[in-house]
Amino acid sequence: MRRNKTYNKKKVLVIFLACAGMLLGLAGRLLYLMVYRSDYYAQKADDLHQRERDIKAARGKIIDANGTVLAANKTVCTISVIHSQITDPEAVVDMLVKELGITEETARKRVEKVSSIERVKTNVEKEVGDRIRAYHLDGVKVDEDFRRYYPYGSLASKVLGFTGGDNQGIIGLEVKYEEVLEGINGKILTTTDARGVELDGVGESRVEPVAGYNLHISLDRNIQLYAQQEALRVMEEKQAQRVSILLMNPQNGEIYACVNVPEFDLNDPFTLNTGEDTTGLTEKEKQDLLNQMWRNPCINDTYEPGSTFKIITMSAGLEEGVVSLGDTFNCGGYRIVDDRRIHCHKRTGHGTETFLQGAENSCNPVFIDVGMRLGVDNYYKYFKQFGLLNKTGIDLPGEASTIMHKKEDIGNVELATISFGQSFQITPIQLATTVSSLINGGRRVTPHFGVEVRDDDGTLIETLEYGDVGGVVSEETSETVRYILEHVVSEGSGKNAAIEGYTIGGKTATSQTLPRSANRYISSFIGFAPAENPTVLGLCVIHDPQGVYYGGTIAAPVIRRIFENVLPYLGIEKAETPQEDKTVD
Amino acid sequence: MREEKNKDRRQFDWVLLFLVLFLAVFGLVLLYSTSAYNGRVKFHDPAYYFKKQLFATLLGLAGLYLVSRLDYHWLAKFSPGLYLMSLGLSLAVLFVGEEINGSKRWLSLGPLSFQPAEFAKVAVILLLSWYVSQRARKTVGLLFMVKVMLLILPIVGLVGTNNLSTAIIILGIGVLTIFVSNPKYVQFVGIGGAGIAFVAVFLSLESYRLERLAIWKNPEAYEKGFQTIQGLYAIGSGGIFGRGLGSSMQKLGFVPEAQNDMIFSIICEELGLTGAVLLMLVFGLLLWRLMVLATHAPDLLGSLICGGIMGHMAMQVILNIAVVTNTIPNTGITLPFVSYGGTSVLFLLGEMGLALSVSRREKR
Repeated sequence: MRRNKTYNKKKVLVIFLACAGMLLGLAGRLLYLMVYRSDYYAQKADDLHQRERDIKAARGKIIDANGTVLAANKTVCTISVIHSQITDPEAVVDMLVKELGITEETARKRVEKVSSIERVKTNVEKEVGDRIRAYHLDGVKVDEDFRRYYPYGSLASKVLGFTGGDNQGIIGLEVKYEEVLEGINGKILTTTDARGVELDGVGESRVEPVAGYNLHISLDRNIQLYAQQEALRVMEEKQAQRVSILLMNPQNGEIYACVNVPEFDLNDPFTLNTGEDTTGLTEKEKQDLLNQMWRNPCINDTYEPGSTFKIITMSAGLEEGVVSLGDTFNCGGYRIVDDRRIHCHKRTGHGTETFLQGAENSCNPVFIDVGMRLGVDNYYKYFKQFGLLNKTGIDLPGEASTIMHKKEDIGNVELATISFGQSFQITPIQLATTVSSLINGGRRVTPHFGVEVRDDDGTLIETLEYGDVGGVVSEETSETVRYILEHVVSEGSGKNAAIEGYTIGGKTATSQTLPRSANRYISSFIGFAPAENPTVLGLCVIHDPQGVYYGGTIAAPVIRRIFENVLPYLGIEKAETPQEDKTVD
Repeated sequence: MREEKNKDRRQFDWVLLFLVLFLAVFGLVLLYSTSAYNGRVKFHDPAYYFKKQLFATLLGLAGLYLVSRLDYHWLAKFSPGLYLMSLGLSLAVLFVGEEINGSKRWLSLGPLSFQPAEFAKVAVILLLSWYVSQRARKTVGLLFMVKVMLLILPIVGLVGTNNLSTAIIILGIGVLTIFVSNPKYVQFVGIGGAGIAFVAVFLSLESYRLERLAIWKNPEAYEKGFQTIQGLYAIGSGGIFGRGLGSSMQKLGFVPEAQNDMIFSIICEELGLTGAVLLMLVFGLLLWRLMVLATHAPDLLGSLICGGIMGHMAMQVILNIAVVTNTIPNTGITLPFVSYGGTSVLFLLGEMGLALSVSRREKR
């Protein structure tokens, strides 16, 4: 038996030290992998483990002034297939073809695609989803989510807007208030093992969806519905191309109704409301037609306001002090401006008339004179001061800007035509908003629908605030404007809007669209009540009516009929005599 | 550290025993954590692998106790017989072996299966230690080296046919034994160089081995790098403190057969850099104890036995961790005490018993 010599021991020590060194080196390697490369590998690993599935958040409802739900949710299903879990591909393909009505080719492509999860179809009716679930086929997933549903179909379609495949707002309030309504989608980070089987409890993280908030709007379904009926009636009677009606509160900018007929079906927004056959059209042509249908003419389109714009000229003149109620004018049926002869709508002339009478007659020469007295600088100043150069800031997307001459391009002829509402374009909402600020004492209001944001339990989350800008005109000017416009209805061209027992202010307009040779007109009327302290302002714009096209004849009665119903509905009492009013005070 | 109360008293190495027990228990816990998923998926029993390993561990502990009570001189006398037995068993595997995961390495005895290669390693350690310490003549010359190599060549060849990694370890044990029994150093540099040249030729002989090298350099680019890259994902996911015991994701089928060779990657994922380095430290301490035993052994036989065991342990630990961390190309080597494998744990504990037996004879 040999002895354990020193060199033997040394050698063992050498081996040990070498091994210890190598272990140390490996520890260094681990340090590199687990500290410096950790993020990289951990990310890769997570990508490998997690199958992320969204849980759609319930989109907030849109609720009208009375609490009526105008936009709600309905449960629909999303059908997906998980390649690694499918045990009977043929059965799955057959089922998909049968239940979803897709072609076998499409179904097969989805089923055979090697991916973690493949979406086959979204927005499937719940009954279909339930049927598919009943097959109990491996690898077929039925996820429930929500689809937007509009109980009143086409009501206020261009205001409410609709949502797309991912429940995102596409037009209207749905897109403007996307952040309020959308909620926060939940997530199921279904951690799966290598076979793609979801793990129960193990490393699964579920982020619960947060439902979107409800948007409470000032729009009143009843008023909207009534205004829509009136719009449809006049559209049919006058064979008009389209009719828009705006009803708002001139004191605070809340919009009660915004009708644009023809409306379209919000539950089927991709079908043209004209019933036009789109089979021969290209995708782009089809999309253009849809975009046209979805437009909200009150906000997205401009027009020449015509005589309703005399309210602006009137206000500017009164505010600047270049005209007063008693000033007399003479209308010979036209005015010569520079070398141009600009006609009054009454070719024979109105003769001698006071400013008040000129307004009642909607006499062009009177307002040309007022415009001339103001001059370009002043007129432009008031145009700007009244907010006409800015957008109204309404809470709908795509508001069109005013199309106006540059100040340096305005000569006398342009000034004259601007004075009675021609040669420039504004949106109907701009007109309604500007007139509101001129009759409410001089506060520029922001027209809006959104009033409050609440959660589904009714808890107030946010009161939507819209700034008023005061000092548009003085209280006196505003009072005088109301007085004049009340006389326009009670004595003048707006008498078709008069309602027994109510004091109504208003102004008619008839404007010819471009090109003038086409002889197409826009008839409109803007009215408000009660004249002394207006709480409702209505604007009716009729595009291309056939036959009689005077605003006072066809548009004023629309507003009258609406007011007849809406004023009592809004609790505005008939004032029998002014004295009674005072005793109430 | 060591109190020398009585110079004559032969000390039992309690530190070594404690380290071994710690590794055995720690290994079982981690094995359960790692194998529960595979057990559930394949055998509908999360504890499937654990139970088998537990059985082997208990058997191994009994073996450890028994062997530690025996005199290693007496045991060494049987080493030629044991060696012949291991040859016979390895031969038997070639004909009646059971194939698991594409490798024919097991002998089945009813519900038990036995891997002769694990037995062969212990047999070789004992045989070489006995052979060298028995020799009256010098153990220096080239002839001696060739003789030692010729002695273990049959088993290397037999094991190597289906388990190259273990064959390399057996070869390594042979080289280390020669190294310890030879007072010189310089000639081993030459041997080392020759070894490297041999490996290079060996690798280039078959293209699949070169492919293995390419995979090693860039595992993400190759489909066959899957296991390696999954191991790296697991290691990287661990970070400094890990996901927590039992929370590995990669063991859920991503790292294939996670309870086998790649188990260290799951340890990294669950226990982080901290846990992994601590485990390496425990292995380091174990090697240190074996080194101390080898240097304090009363005779060359005891020294070579402990040195051989230390070399065996060190090679497996280092190669395993190096493979798992993709420091060297992939080759299947298990992590002692931790990787799944009943035969492996049984004989490892037996080896430890042998080392403890040497410690009892130790003079301090």
